[in-house]
Amino acid sequence: MSKVERIGGNVASYVDDRTGAAKWLRKNLTKVFPDHWSFMLGEIVLYSFIILLLSGTFLTFWFDPSQRDVIYQGSYEPLKNIEMSASYASTLHISFDVRGGLLMRQIHHWAALIFMAGMIAHLMRVFFTGAFRKPREANWLIGVGLVTLGIVEGFLGYSLPDDLLSGTGIRIAEAIIQALPVVGSYLAFFAFGGAFPGHVFIPRIFTVHVLLLPGIFLALITVHLMLVWYQKHTQYPGPGRTEKNVVGYPLMPIYMAKAGGFFFIVFGVTALLGAVASINPIWLYGPYNPGQISAGSQPDFYMGWLDGLVRMAPPIETHAFGHTISWNILIPGLIVPGILFTLMALYPFIESWMTGDKSEHHLLERPRNNPNRTAIGAMSLAFILVVLINGGNDIIATNFHLTINQIMWFTRIGVIVIPPLVFVITKRICLSLQRADREKVLHGRETGRLVMLPHGEFIEVHEELTPEQKFTLTQHEQPAALIVPNADANGVRNPQGFKGKIRARFSQAHVEQIDAPTESEVKALGGGHH
Amino acid sequence: MSNDLQKFQDPGLPEHVHRKTDVDPKAADRAERQVAALFILSALSTVLAIYSYIFIPDDQYFFLPVMGDTNAHQLVLGLGMAFALLFIGLGLVHWAKTLMPDTEVIAERHELRSPDEDRSDFVRTVKEQASAAGLGRRSLIKRTLGLALGISALTPLVLLRDLGPLPKKELEKTSWKKGTRLVTDPGDRPIRPEDLEVGAVAQVLPELVEGQERTLADIGKDAVLLIRLRPTEFQLNAERLSWTHDGIIAFSKICSHMGCAVALYEQQTKHLLCPCHQSTFDVTRAAKVIFGPSARPLPQLAITVDADGYLVAQQPFTESVGPSYWERSS
Repeated sequence: MSKVERIGGNVASYVDDRTGAAKWLRKNLTKVFPDHWSFMLGEIVLYSFIILLLSGTFLTFWFDPSQRDVIYQGSYEPLKNIEMSASYASTLHISFDVRGGLLMRQIHHWAALIFMAGMIAHLMRVFFTGAFRKPREANWLIGVGLVTLGIVEGFLGYSLPDDLLSGTGIRIAEAIIQALPVVGSYLAFFAFGGAFPGHVFIPRIFTVHVLLLPGIFLALITVHLMLVWYQKHTQYPGPGRTEKNVVGYPLMPIYMAKAGGFFFIVFGVTALLGAVASINPIWLYGPYNPGQISAGSQPDFYMGWLDGLVRMAPPIETHAFGHTISWNILIPGLIVPGILFTLMALYPFIESWMTGDKSEHHLLERPRNNPNRTAIGAMSLAFILVVLINGGNDIIATNFHLTINQIMWFTRIGVIVIPPLVFVITKRICLSLQRADREKVLHGRETGRLVMLPHGEFIEVHEELTPEQKFTLTQHEQPAALIVPNADANGVRNPQGFKGKIRARFSQAHVEQIDAPTESEVKALGGGHH
Repeated sequence: MSNDLQKFQDPGLPEHVHRKTDVDPKAADRAERQVAALFILSALSTVLAIYSYIFIPDDQYFFLPVMGDTNAHQLVLGLGMAFALLFIGLGLVHWAKTLMPDTEVIAERHELRSPDEDRSDFVRTVKEQASAAGLGRRSLIKRTLGLALGISALTPLVLLRDLGPLPKKELEKTSWKKGTRLVTDPGDRPIRPEDLEVGAVAQVLPELVEGQERTLADIGKDAVLLIRLRPTEFQLNAERLSWTHDGIIAFSKICSHMGCAVALYEQQTKHLLCPCHQSTFDVTRAAKVIFGPSARPLPQLAITVDADGYLVAQQPFTESVGPSYWERSS
C-alpha cells in the first residue's frame, strides 16, 4: 500500500466513522447520467453563477456602493475634476486603476449575460421536450423563479455603477413603482429615501444584489440540483431507453471530468470575452444626472422585451376623482409580464389538465411529437421576439434607415397578429415532420441515389431504416383525446358542464397528430421500401 | 390507433463500438500526450497572465483592427487567464472522451411513490400525533396561534417605515417660483432672449438662492428645456401664447411618461423626442403628444423677462412634472 493510499484511507475512515458517508457516496459516485448536448445548457447556467460569485466578490473589494458626492481624481482624463457619486468613481477606479479590474468587470457582466441566456435556453429545452411533466413540476417552478429573480438581479447589478445609462434605467423603474395605484408614490419614497434619485438607493440595492438575491439563488439552485439528483435525469428516447431506466455514463470518472472540464471551458470563454469584447463602457456615459440622457439608451437584452412592451403601449391614462391611473405603464410594465410569468409557471399544470395525463414521464418527447406544446412555445417566443424588436426600435431605425414610427406600428400590430400565426405554422410544421417520420419508417430513407431500370424508368433508391431508427421514430405515446360524455348514466345532459366541454376541446387540439407507423403496417406493405 | 397493431419492438442498446484508443495502445499513448500538452499550454498561459500583470504597464494602448485602441496589459492578462482556463477544460474533456471508459451503463429507476402501506402508516402517524397534541380539539389554541403568527409579521413591515419620508406634496413641487431666473446648465448664467437664436435649444435650471445647494433630486424636477421658434410658428391658445416670450417657449425636460430627460429636439419638424420610449411631443402645439406611450403633454413653464432683461418664470408650474402617480389630479 502506497503512502498516499494509506493517508487517503485514514482520512476516509475518519470521516466515515463520524458520518457514515461511505455508503451513500459509493452508490452516488457511480450514479448514471444520460448524455446529450442539450443537457449542458443548465450546466452553463450553474457555472456562470459560480463565475459571477467569484468575479463579483473581486469587484466588491474596490467598489464603493455610495451615492455621496466626490470629485473624480483618477487616471481617466476626460472625467477628471467632475463631480460624481462614489459608486461611479469607484467603478472608474476599478476600470482604470486596478490591474485586471476592467477584465473582472467585463467577465462579471459577460457572465451575467451568459447566465440569463443560458437560463432561457435551458428553460426552452425543458419546455420543448416536456421535461417539466410529472414528477418534475416543482423543479419547473423553481426554474421560473430563478429566471424571474435573474432578471431582477441583472438589472440591479448593472444599475450599481450609477452611470448615466443605468441611472436612466433606475428612473424608469422608479416610474413603474410610482405608477402603482394608491401606494405608488409612498413605495417610491420609501425605496429611494425621498424624492428620486436621493442618496440611498445604490447602497440599498447593493445589499440586495450581493447578499439577499445570491443567497436565494444558492438555496434555489441547491434544491433544483438535489431534485435532479433524487428524481434522476430525464433521457431522450431511443433503443434500450425506457421509462424505467437511465442509460448513460457514471458520475465518476466520466462526468467529473466532463462536467469539471466544462466548467473551465465556460470560465475560459467568459474570460476570453472579458479580455477582447468591451461591454458596458461606463466611462463613456458619464455620471448620472436626471436632466441628461444619451440617445440609444438600451437595457441589457433580458430587460429589452419589457422595455419594448412599455414602448409600444398606447397612451392611455385615467384621470378621475382627483386620481391618476397610468395604464400606459401598468399594463406593459406589470400586468402583461405578470400574466406571462404566471402562465409560464402554471404551464405544467395547465397541460396536465388539458390532456388528463397524470402519469410519470422520464422519457423526453421530441418537439414534433407534441405539436400543440411546441406551437405554444413557439408562439410565446414569437411574442417575446416582437416586443424585443420594439425594445430596440431606435437602434433598428438608425441602422436600417427606417422610422421609429414604422417599427412601432409594425410591432404594435405584429404583437397581436404574429404569435397566433406562428402557432398555426409551427403546429403544421410539426405534423409535417411527423408525416415525414412516418414516410421514412414505412418506405425507408431517401438515399439520393437515382437508378435507371432496364426499361428506362428512373427510381430513387430508398434504404430501409435500422431497427434502432425505426424504434426511435415510433416509440412515442399517442394518447387519445379526452371524451366528454353527452349524458351520464342518469341521463343528465353534459354532466361536466361548460368546463368539461372546454377541456375536451383543448384535449382534442393537444393530441392532434399523425399516427405513428406500426410493424403491422410495414408488413402489410411487404417490405415497403423500393 | 388501435392497440392490436404491433408497435416496433425495442431492439435494446446498440452494441458498444470501441474507440481507436481502446484497441490501439499507440493511439491511447497519443491521446495521453495530447491531454498532457493541453495541460502544459494551460500552465504556460498562467505564466503569461502573471507576467503581463507584473511587467506590462497598464497605461499602454495600441491599435488593433476590429477592437480599436486596446490596452495591452488588460488584453494579455485576459488572454492568459482565458487560455489557462480553457486548456484545463479542453484537456479534461479530451481525457474523458479518449481514455475514460465509454460504455453506456443502464441504471434502474425506482418508483418515486412510496408503497401504499408506508403512505397509510404516514397518515396514521400524523393523525395520531396530532390528536395526541390535541390539534383537532383545542381550536382556541390554533386560532390564537394563527393570530399571533400572522400579526407578528407586521413588526418587520412597520420597522421598514423609516426607509423614507412620506411623499406629502413633494411630487407636485419644483423650485420654480414667480420671478425665478432661468440659468444655463451647466454654467448657472442667467439668459437674455437675445442669447438664443431662432432654432436654438438650451437646458436651463432655476437660479439658486444664496446658500442653497442643488441636488440631483432638484434637477430631476426642475430641468427645463428652452426652445426658440419664430413667434408665427406657434399654434397655441391665447393663455399658452402668453406663457411664451418672443418665440421662446419653455417645457419641463422630465418626460411625462417615465421621467427620462426629453433631450432630442428635431429642428426641422419641431418635435421633441424622449430617447427612452420614443414619446414624441410637438413644440408648436404646447408639447402635445403626437406619438409614443406618453399620455400627457410636457408641462409648460410660463416665462417672461424681468426688469434687467433676463428670462424669468411668470409663475410656478401649474401641474406636477414627471411621470404620473396615483395622487396626481390631472
